Amino acid sequence: MELQNNCATFEISGVSSAVQEKLNKSQRIRHKSLQYEDNLSLEENPRLIYINDPRRTNDKYEFTGNEIRTSKYTVITFLPKNLFIQFHRVAYLYFLAIAALNQLPPLAVFGRTVSLFPLLFVLCVTAIKDGYEDWRRHRSDRKENNRESLVLQSGQFQMKKWKKIRVGEVVRICADETIPCDIVLLGTSDLSGIAYIQTMNLDGESNLKTRYAWQETASTNFEGGTTLGLIRCEQPNRNIYEFTANMEFNRQRFSLSQSNIILRGCQLKNTEWVIGVVVYAGQETKAMLNSAASPSKRSRLESYMNRETLWLSVFLFVMCAVVALGMGLWLERHKDELDTLPFYRKRYFTHGRYNGKTYKYYGIAMEIFFSFLSSIIVFQIMIPISLYITMELVRLGQSYFMIEDKQMYDSFTDSRFQCRSLNINEDMGQIRYVFADKTGTLTQNKMEFQRASVHGKDYGSSVHIIDHPLQEADIAAASVSEIRRWKLKSGISVDTELVDLLHKDLAGDERIDAHEFFLTLAACNTVIPILTHSSSSSCAERELHEDVETIDYQGESPDEQALVAAASAYGYTLMERTSGHIAIDVNGKKLRLDVLGLHEFDSVRKKMSVVIRFPDNAVKVLVKGADTSMFSILAKETEKTDYIKPATQSHLTGYSSQGLRTLVVAARDLTDAELEEWQCSYEEASTSLTERSTKLRQTAALIECNLNLLGATGIEDKLQDGVPDTIESLRQAGIKVWVLTGDKQETAISIGLSCKLLTLNMQQIVINGNSEDECRTLLAAAKAKYGVKSTNCGNKNLKRKKNAENDYLEISGDSRTSNVSQWHAGKVAGVTSTALALIIDGNSLVYILEKDLESELFDLATSCRVVLCCRVAPLQKAGIVDLIKSRTDDMTLAIGDGANDVSMIQMADVGVGICGQEGRQAVMASDFAMGQFRFLKRLLLVHGHWNYQRVGYLVLYNFYRNAVFVLMLFWYILCTAFSTTSALTDWSSVFYSVIYTSIPTIVVGILDKDLSHKTLLQYPKLYSAGHRQESYNMQLFWMTMVDTLWQSLVLFYIPLFTYKESSIDIWSMGSLWTIAVVVLVNIHLAMDIQRWVLITHVATWGSIMITYVCMVILDSIPIFPNYWTIYNLAKSATYWLTILLITILALLPRFLFKVLHQTFWPSDIQIAREAEILRKRANHLRSKPDQSSG
Amino acid sequence: MVIPNFARYVKSRSDRQLLHGLKYNKTSTCKPEESNNGLPIVPCGLIAWSLFNDTYTFARGMVELKVSRKNIAWKSDRNHKFGKHVYPFNFQNGTLIGGGKLDPSLSLSDQEDLIVWMRTAALPSFRKLYGRIEEDLEAEEVILVNLTNNYNTYSFGGKKTLVLSTSSWLGGKNDFLGIAYIAVGSSCIFISFVFMLLHVKNPR
Repeated sequence: MELQNNCATFEISGVSSAVQEKLNKSQRIRHKSLQYEDNLSLEENPRLIYINDPRRTNDKYEFTGNEIRTSKYTVITFLPKNLFIQFHRVAYLYFLAIAALNQLPPLAVFGRTVSLFPLLFVLCVTAIKDGYEDWRRHRSDRKENNRESLVLQSGQFQMKKWKKIRVGEVVRICADETIPCDIVLLGTSDLSGIAYIQTMNLDGESNLKTRYAWQETASTNFEGGTTLGLIRCEQPNRNIYEFTANMEFNRQRFSLSQSNIILRGCQLKNTEWVIGVVVYAGQETKAMLNSAASPSKRSRLESYMNRETLWLSVFLFVMCAVVALGMGLWLERHKDELDTLPFYRKRYFTHGRYNGKTYKYYGIAMEIFFSFLSSIIVFQIMIPISLYITMELVRLGQSYFMIEDKQMYDSFTDSRFQCRSLNINEDMGQIRYVFADKTGTLTQNKMEFQRASVHGKDYGSSVHIIDHPLQEADIAAASVSEIRRWKLKSGISVDTELVDLLHKDLAGDERIDAHEFFLTLAACNTVIPILTHSSSSSCAERELHEDVETIDYQGESPDEQALVAAASAYGYTLMERTSGHIAIDVNGKKLRLDVLGLHEFDSVRKKMSVVIRFPDNAVKVLVKGADTSMFSILAKETEKTDYIKPATQSHLTGYSSQGLRTLVVAARDLTDAELEEWQCSYEEASTSLTERSTKLRQTAALIECNLNLLGATGIEDKLQDGVPDTIESLRQAGIKVWVLTGDKQETAISIGLSCKLLTLNMQQIVINGNSEDECRTLLAAAKAKYGVKSTNCGNKNLKRKKNAENDYLEISGDSRTSNVSQWHAGKVAGVTSTALALIIDGNSLVYILEKDLESELFDLATSCRVVLCCRVAPLQKAGIVDLIKSRTDDMTLAIGDGANDVSMIQMADVGVGICGQEGRQAVMASDFAMGQFRFLKRLLLVHGHWNYQRVGYLVLYNFYRNAVFVLMLFWYILCTAFSTTSALTDWSSVFYSVIYTSIPTIVVGILDKDLSHKTLLQYPKLYSAGHRQESYNMQLFWMTMVDTLWQSLVLFYIPLFTYKESSIDIWSMGSLWTIAVVVLVNIHLAMDIQRWVLITHVATWGSIMITYVCMVILDSIPIFPNYWTIYNLAKSATYWLTILLITILALLPRFLFKVLHQTFWPSDIQIAREAEILRKRANHLRSKPDQSSG
Repeated sequence: MVIPNFARYVKSRSDRQLLHGLKYNKTSTCKPEESNNGLPIVPCGLIAWSLFNDTYTFARGMVELKVSRKNIAWKSDRNHKFGKHVYPFNFQNGTLIGGGKLDPSLSLSDQEDLIVWMRTAALPSFRKLYGRIEEDLEAEEVILVNLTNNYNTYSFGGKKTLVLSTSSWLGGKNDFLGIAYIAVGSSCIFISFVFMLLHVKNPR
């Protein structure tokens, strides 16, 4: 019996894997990274495991032991390994290369220690962080490795530490224990070999799953036994949903599959003990192989930034080339004087061994080369390597504020927002496509039984909710008196009319149909009831019910759980389920039904049936399934029942248009002959080794025919809070929302309607073809009908520009809230009249994504406002994301909650996981995780916008900050005969980007807000600033560079002219330049800060103070040539006046440009900000009279 | 044009040696004017070696004009940067003489010409303080200058200029700052006027 169970259960995965296989072929090339590594076929390279003979198992090849190690370092390897890993980053290599260059004698521009300072500083900080993290990993590893389990040792089960367990050993796990390694089940406490496990640690799913041991092994007594069998299994791989192996046991050979293996990290539940043989241990367990980090993503802005960094490298190269060339020319011109020039001197003229030898002179060619290299050292910060580290810190700070955001905290599941990836915060400000899963993402994935159609009559339109303690008061009196009561974990609403019907005598067609209807709901499923005794605290006053039992229904399908719970609410409580029988409590009477066979749900038949024998020996088959597959197998209508079918059908249409998930329920009696025939076939099919699922399907067809229609159910999967609002906001923000779901078309459309994704006045284009040609014609027809033009990749940019223009929103300067919202409404209405919605199913996608129809689909899909994909396999989801990703530059975001969304989440530019009912797989693969779909609005419109603005500005500012400094040095070098002299002290040069100016940029990058979150949420259109790349683009970069050029010229020439005819020395000049550049860049930043908080003030003005303090300290050390410079300078008024003049003159053009731009060409953001200020001022004015009057 | 800010020139000094004398003998930074006969040169380095040594005397008519040669260097340099017990015993002894010699009996802290010279200039054309005329000079007055041209600038085509200048609260005489302030200030006033008009015309 359990044998067919096990293959039926996994038929679903089998079918979907067949679809996947097809997909794989087409997509393997494209997303190789997504695929699990191809399993080595069993024949080629099996892993041989001799049961209970670890020595022989590990004889030929030593398998990995069960010790796990997640830590990266040991005390000895920490230093080299950590350094090795750190130097994988380009930034550090750059630092290292510069520092190394500086150590060469002819190039020593800075002092030795000075040049190493930035590198050492960064290395130390990172090493300390890494070390601490690794220490924590060590601690948890040690704890894990020293746990103990029962292992069969010399004929007896004895405790053994986990780290000592070897492959091939037989272990015994007791209830509620955690599994130490991947084991194949040999036997369980249950006679039929069933074990229940919870895979919480593995995929987060809290419901129980069943695993089976083969009958042949289950009966064996292992204690005191010897070698018994051999398992051939595949090599370790990370696919936790598949396992292929076979076992030779007592000269019998049978196959093992996923249902026979329990993975490390699972917990044994509801089973006293299990015995199993270790097949994979330690690092080779599937859990450990799966803990590998998902590939990291890189933000779009960062890749643009790299492009501009290339430009900066070009500048750097040009500057160095100028210096080197100038040096060459100078040397050439003064060739003859070089020996005697006091300031050059290429020879020693001293008594001693050096006399007459050349000093640091290697010929003109070499001098040019060295000059080039040493100018690289001087100009090194032109390439803003420290920017990468700054950005990391900034993103860390940003994510802190996202995590702490109270409005993204889900109190229901107690889950905060999670930032799992720290690289792509700013990408969330530029999303154009959102790919959402439906179940669990848009909906709560909490199924609730809403409507029932029994015997052609619709119930449930008027329901009243009954709390269970109350139910006892209301209904218990009316119902048959009971001694024991139980309560469900959740309340269910019941229809009183239907309840009344069920309390009538068992007579009449309608009454019998209702009885069978609920019997089917209670019996025809795979749900396991778990009873827990609890003292009745809530109704302590009622002595009658002193023993209240709580029933918790555990199952893999939330729909089934909802149905069983509903049946229980109507008096048909599933009490007990074993492999042989079901016990149902019918209104207080216990009904024990023998289960003769069970055909589990599969996606081909789309139905499930169970064959049961009643106590009176009547045999019935109870069936439930999807309407499409059920109506074809109903019995011919008799006169009496001919109205039922059309009535039920119309109810079904009604249910699914309300967004309910529907199932049809039917049953029939089996005659002895039919039973016998079926039993034979069933027996044969379930024991067959080949094509078991097909044979079982054929067997099921024997009895799944001529059924009596009992009724239909409507289950509601409630929308999450705020979904329609969120989708509407996203749409206004110019984001396209596509829904990719595994549900059927009707359900998808109805959910689409209820969450306002689809509206009734949209033109729906439905594509569901069953062949390539059909899809082609459908696509072509749709394109022709709605006039969609083909776009090539060539004019892609043009198209995007057009989009951006369309999205452009003008809020007039003094517009009030109402104006804007009206304006929005007008626009939405205007567009929807021609809006298209594309609905496409998974079958068509197989043909489309596989063939050259991709571009057709792309053209059609991008011109539709909404795209709904139904019945899509996980890899197809990724394929659709890839369709957009590979053909446009637009940013994509995928949001989902289940394991089937993982590939999509990893494929999209930004992956968001929902910590929902379906487990943690999606969360583990995601970049960000949150509790509710509606947080997406805040995440994108508020945090995404802020982060994008901040990081965009941060990058430009850092470019400017470093370039202005380098250019200033460059102008000076032009006055020093092209020798790489820096007027600034070595320490000041190094501190400039590390200490003097770094903190304000970080603070601003974390805290600056251009608009308040209220405004951003109120006007979603403001989001399209990110689409237009408003805060970071090529134009801005070049404008910044021109500004930089001007500022550096002012910075250099004003002190030059001021002190042209004076006795100023090089260190005073350097000191002036240092302080001037620091003041300048900080005030430049201050000019652009939009939201001043205390910490911004502290950082900005503090930096200038710190610079002064550092300079005072540096100038107070007598052994530095710059001794006492600052004291002498500060005494003169010229010094202060020069700094002021530099600041004003350098920032004047920028200030002018800013003001003119804001006056004549204000951007949306500026308008919104002004409106915000006006509103604040108005509120302020309004509140003042109030205060005075009050 | 001397280029005092040439990289290899600027670095060719040892500030520790200036302070500690022979007690500090890691003078490799002073190359190529580092040591003589195995002993470090005090003060070592190209900057000191190329010490300026022209001398000037001034006369008003027949009366000598007193030029104060004291207190021309920073007090901080004299007191803390140049050693009180460091004597230039082997200075300017090499095969090539770069510039002025120093009195071996005076400690470095008293050699103000050297201290002024060691404050290397920032720009190729530069001024160094020679001394102060503490008497008031009248306009149209004729001053006779008697100079000894010791310092060799012919090798590199350098020019020498003698400047008599009055120091004010802004330092030396330089109009640049004043003109720049007037220009920038007036344009700022103009701009603010324009912006004010703009604001009045279309207020937000």
